[in-house]
Amino acid sequence: MIRIHVGREAIDLTVEMMLAEGAAGTGAVATFTGLVRPDDGVATLELEHYPGATEAALRRVAEDAAARWSLGAATIVHRVGPMAPGERIVFVAASAPHRAAALEACAYLIDRLKTDAPFWKRETRDGEARWVEARDGDAAAAARWEA
Amino acid sequence: MALDILYFAWVRERMGVAQERVEPAAEVTTVAMLVDWLAARDADSGEALADRARLRAAVDQAFVGMDASIVGAREVALFPPVTGG
Repeated sequence: MIRIHVGREAIDLTVEMMLAEGAAGTGAVATFTGLVRPDDGVATLELEHYPGATEAALRRVAEDAAARWSLGAATIVHRVGPMAPGERIVFVAASAPHRAAALEACAYLIDRLKTDAPFWKRETRDGEARWVEARDGDAAAAARWEA
Repeated sequence: MALDILYFAWVRERMGVAQERVEPAAEVTTVAMLVDWLAARDADSGEALADRARLRAAVDQAFVGMDASIVGAREVALFPPVTGG
C-alpha cells in the first residue's frame, strides 16, 4: 500500500499509525515525524507546494522504497499552509515484516523527500518573513541512498 | 507554441505572478534559454530572475537541469531549491 497525502489539515497520528500497522504482512513499523521547532524564535512556518508535481514526486519516493525493501506499506503525509511551533509538518512510515527493512526504509523516505519533492518553507520571526534556504546536508543525506 | 510558466516561493513573489502563459521564439529550446528570454522581456523580470545559480526548474512537472529541452513542453516551473520535510 502506498499512502500519499498533502493537505492543510493537522496530521492525525492515530489514523496514520492504524493504516501503517494494518498493512498486509506487517511485523514492524518505523516512523519519522517532523515538527516546527518550538525553540528557535519562529512564530509561523508556512509551506508552499507544487500541486500535482509534489504528490507525484512523493509517490515515486514511496514506490521506490516499497520496491527496494519489499514494504507492506509506505506512507508520506505532508502538511502545507501556515503552522505553529510544535505542530507536525511531515509524517512518514515504513511497514515491513521485520525491523531492519522498516528502519532503513523510513530513513530513505524522509531523506529522499527532502530533496525530491517540491516544497518550500517560509518562516516568520520577529514579524519578518523569509524563505528558508536549502541545506547542503540534505543533498548529502539523499545521495547516500544512491546505489 | 504557448507555454505555461509556473513560479514558486520567492521566484513567485519577485515575479509578482504565480503563473503566466508565454509564446517564446522557436529558437528558445532549453530551460536556460527560456529563463534568459523571460528575463529579457522587462526590467522587473530581469531582476526577479537575476540569481540564476539559485533557480531550479521542472519541465512538465519533472525536475530537470537548466540545459534540459523545453521543445514540446506544456508547462515549465521555476523555483528555488526545495526545502520540504
